[in-house]
Amino acid sequence: MTIQLTPSAVKHIQASLSKRGKGIGLRLGVRTSGCSGLAYKIEYADEMRPEDVSFESDGVTVIVDKKSLPYLNGTQLDYRREGLNEGFKFENPNVKSQCGCGESFNV
Amino acid sequence: MLLQITEPDSPAPPRERKRAAGIDLGTTHSLVASMPQGVATVLTDEKGRVLLPSVVRFGEHGDITVGHEALPWLARDAANTIASVKRLMGRGLTDLGDARQFPYQWAQTTGMVRLKTRVGEKNPVEISAEILKALRWRAEMQLGGALDGVVVTVPAYFDDAQRQATKEAARLAGLNVLRLLNEPTAAAVAYGLDHGAEGVYVVYDLGGGTFDVSVLRLSRGVFEVLATHGDSALGGDDFDHRVFCWILEATGLPPLAAEDVRLLLTVARSAKETLARHETAPVAATLSTGHKVELTLTAEMFTDITRHLVQKTLTPVKRALRDAKLTLEEIKGVVLVGGATRMPQIRQAVAEFFKQPPLVNLNPDEVVALGAAIQANALVGNRGLDSGEDWLLLDVTPLSLGLETMGGLVEKIVPRNAGIPLMRAQEFTTFKDGQTALAIHVVQGEREKVADCRSLARFELRGIPPMVAGAARIRITFQIDADGLLSVSAREQTTGVEASVIVKPSYGLGESEIARMLEESLAHARNDMQARALTETQVEADQLIELTQHALAEDGSLLNDAERAAIDAALEELAQRRQGQELNALRLSLAKTNRATAEFAGRRMDRSVQKALTGKRFDSVVQD
Repeated sequence: MTIQLTPSAVKHIQASLSKRGKGIGLRLGVRTSGCSGLAYKIEYADEMRPEDVSFESDGVTVIVDKKSLPYLNGTQLDYRREGLNEGFKFENPNVKSQCGCGESFNV
Repeated sequence: MLLQITEPDSPAPPRERKRAAGIDLGTTHSLVASMPQGVATVLTDEKGRVLLPSVVRFGEHGDITVGHEALPWLARDAANTIASVKRLMGRGLTDLGDARQFPYQWAQTTGMVRLKTRVGEKNPVEISAEILKALRWRAEMQLGGALDGVVVTVPAYFDDAQRQATKEAARLAGLNVLRLLNEPTAAAVAYGLDHGAEGVYVVYDLGGGTFDVSVLRLSRGVFEVLATHGDSALGGDDFDHRVFCWILEATGLPPLAAEDVRLLLTVARSAKETLARHETAPVAATLSTGHKVELTLTAEMFTDITRHLVQKTLTPVKRALRDAKLTLEEIKGVVLVGGATRMPQIRQAVAEFFKQPPLVNLNPDEVVALGAAIQANALVGNRGLDSGEDWLLLDVTPLSLGLETMGGLVEKIVPRNAGIPLMRAQEFTTFKDGQTALAIHVVQGEREKVADCRSLARFELRGIPPMVAGAARIRITFQIDADGLLSVSAREQTTGVEASVIVKPSYGLGESEIARMLEESLAHARNDMQARALTETQVEADQLIELTQHALAEDGSLLNDAERAAIDAALEELAQRRQGQELNALRLSLAKTNRATAEFAGRRMDRSVQKALTGKRFDSVVQD
């Protein structure tokens, strides 16, 4: 089971974490929501919980709860610029389809 | 869409309304209701059915089926198909009486019963959680996302162990339980709020296997339960059984094979249901022995043979009225709950007893879930969104709570039918000179002797300074929260030494068992994901089939015979795989159908464009 970060994602996460001043890493997960079933969750992590698994990627700790892991396994997290927007993008091999706006997805 | 990092636990993007649902977790069937548009409505499954049979089957391949799909297995695979699990909630083997009356294999344990199934030992909490999961899935599909909170109903007579077990089952099913609600109270909520009526009401709840009666006072904005009573072994099934006995007497049949008993019970039940609408019902069956049964049951005869059952329900009714210190004249209305109250003789008996016709305008099978949905909606914070009034809900303790005192006697601290949440305290003292510890034994029940009551918890208060007997002042406080769960604390007043216990009902689950079950649910994350993918794909297949059939009916003329045959074949294969459990095969079939219909869809599009353009000049179209 793996989750990878691209160099630009690592850079942005480290910058965000140091700007925030606290937090042990980044928490990724999925929740049921949106128009197509599941939506991503991307948060600062302040603690490890018993149900969590963590990964290291270029010095960034990525924390995922076990429930979300199967949905995210093999995902690459990128930080990119699209037009005027900047943000994180999940490249998730488990995804079968997405809703139009890309907020939610299906496995 | 690009995402940003958010603060942990930051609330989901604001939406107008939170998703709340009310769940009636019943003995024979369960259902879920919600208030998506501010009006309480029951939620149906993909086939439009409201009632989910409370039956869970553990299959050969580790698959778990719940509801209608599990029903046929009751007879064929009894040890792995569990019905009426509600009767086992929070119960130990010794509570069940004769455990052999159930077709299950029991594991030897001292705590809550465990059933041996082909997938290992399962306790009633885990089995109930499967039913709740099915309802949760249904609600989330219909409401379009995760539930923010639910209210689960329990019978008024459920003790702490049974309530705790119900709450744990909901937790295990991934539900956020806002609170547990007594079933009669839920029914009153459904009626009281919808009609804005005030006064004292009686809720008469005759289900498949149990009877409950509750007296409630609805007064301006407040619900209060005044008294509850019931009979846990009286229900609609007993009426079926009476008809069954009548058939045997009328025909003089010899002892029957098990399958014939089942057959005749089914026939009896349908005769009962027919008599709710007609004056006579045919009773016809062909037994495995070739014997033919052909009888006619009239409403009059049916009333006759079930008269004592109807009378039997009135005893608890009288007791509840006596407990509430009410006379018949003070009852403003009677609410009927439970499918069995559809029987005309019940309605008549209730009308005669209370000297007024009962309220029947809500579906008696749905009224509890509807009330729970209304309450869930209020608790989750949607109340302000609807125009409903602010209201409170008082509930009562089903049984008295007390302490063991010298000689094995019970000192009642909280009387039965006391409103909750509550806090009651009483002072006790030491019995012997120099006594430095006090054993506290919390019991539940109406009897005077500890041995006849149910033991809930034991704990000790130590460190009492040595004093003469009777000098220490020990204040013992009982506290019951809004869910009916109890905590007890003891404090020696002069020194301030304290001890307390959150009541782990004797047959509740220990923390380690809860942890184990939660871990198991994590370990099954992958299976859950696959199950989810399968269900989603099945829904997608259903949609495609329906859309295509609709299109064929409308524009079938656009296809030649060969094309039509190809689409029909693809649809048939898809429909067949829709019934199976093979995700990949289903996906392939779905893709195939999509391909087979692509050309057809294109032509339909062309046709509708043509229609839109017909009769218009080109330049006017461009201007549009």
